[in-house]
Amino acid sequence: MFNVQEFHSPSPEEIAAANNTDFEVRSLDTMCVNESQLQHPWWYNLKYAAVGLLFGIAFVKAEIVSWFRIQEMFRLQSFHMYGVIGTGVVLGAISVWLIKRFKVKTIYGEQIEFHPKKFNRGQIFGGTIFGLGWAMTGACPGPLFAQIGSGAFVIGVTLLSAIGGTWLYGYFRERLPH
Amino acid sequence: MELLSKPWPWWAAGIIIGLIVPALLILGNKHFGLSANLRHACAACFPANVKFFKYEWKKEVWNFFFVGGIIAGAIIASTLLANPEPVKVVPELAAELQTYGITDYSGMVPNQLISWESLFSLRGFIMLVLGGFLVGFGSRYAGGCTSGHSIMGLSDLQWPSLVATIFFMVGGFIMANLILPHILML
Repeated sequence: MFNVQEFHSPSPEEIAAANNTDFEVRSLDTMCVNESQLQHPWWYNLKYAAVGLLFGIAFVKAEIVSWFRIQEMFRLQSFHMYGVIGTGVVLGAISVWLIKRFKVKTIYGEQIEFHPKKFNRGQIFGGTIFGLGWAMTGACPGPLFAQIGSGAFVIGVTLLSAIGGTWLYGYFRERLPH
Repeated sequence: MELLSKPWPWWAAGIIIGLIVPALLILGNKHFGLSANLRHACAACFPANVKFFKYEWKKEVWNFFFVGGIIAGAIIASTLLANPEPVKVVPELAAELQTYGITDYSGMVPNQLISWESLFSLRGFIMLVLGGFLVGFGSRYAGGCTSGHSIMGLSDLQWPSLVATIFFMVGGFIMANLILPHILML
């Protein structure tokens, strides 16, 4: 549904209308705007489960999902989390640079696409709100799932609450400052 | 095996997380971002005619598979690869936590704080329910979480992601140092 505009050249009026009413649904989105045209059976998704599996193991084994490690990070008592995120960003940045530089394609031969993120004040307000919750629960959305997997089933309540928070954001979105 | 079951050093996890970015891109043009799943869950279960949730969530099922893998990985890590030792914590933090009655380091989360019993206490309810709410609301408001902004966005040198990351840290520092001690006293 988000690609409709891309298939014809929109008139300036259309662009203006889209910008006003559809208050940048796209740029706030983390979902793919570069949808693949390929149709695959469901089990093709299992490769993402395999990547997730490795990620989940690392999450728990390096104690990134530990409430204690997060407390240490925000009290500047340990280098651990800074090391994890720093290494991740450096390797990720080198990878992205290489992909762009050598125009690496996906395993299905499709062009890998990147989309610039647009600044809005949500990154300030929402970012701060998120940070408050992160230090409280000791988990961002990924570790929430890993904490449940590691046996803390009560975190299921936290997860439901997070989904509720996302829903309320969606509901009040037009009225919030961005 | 013993090497695997000991807690992994920061660089091992950093390398794996960093390589998730190109892995997802090369496997199918997917952008690393976990909080999107919370939105997809809303879109799938209760869109309620809210425009923000009216999209074809089925095109994003790959991310549910990714999360399924994370849960399975966490189960493996805490059973087959479990570390029998309690979580090591710096002495300053341990001393502080003791004043709140947190002395059990056997799990990834403090059992005295995050458990079914404590869910029905004021302290536990705030931690679990309000904490989760802030994570869900804030990450969507910010347009992403630690994975989408701090890892994927920074890897792609997106400055709005740097802004988001800075404010994640601002919020975290405020909570951990200024607000959380009062909540933990409850």
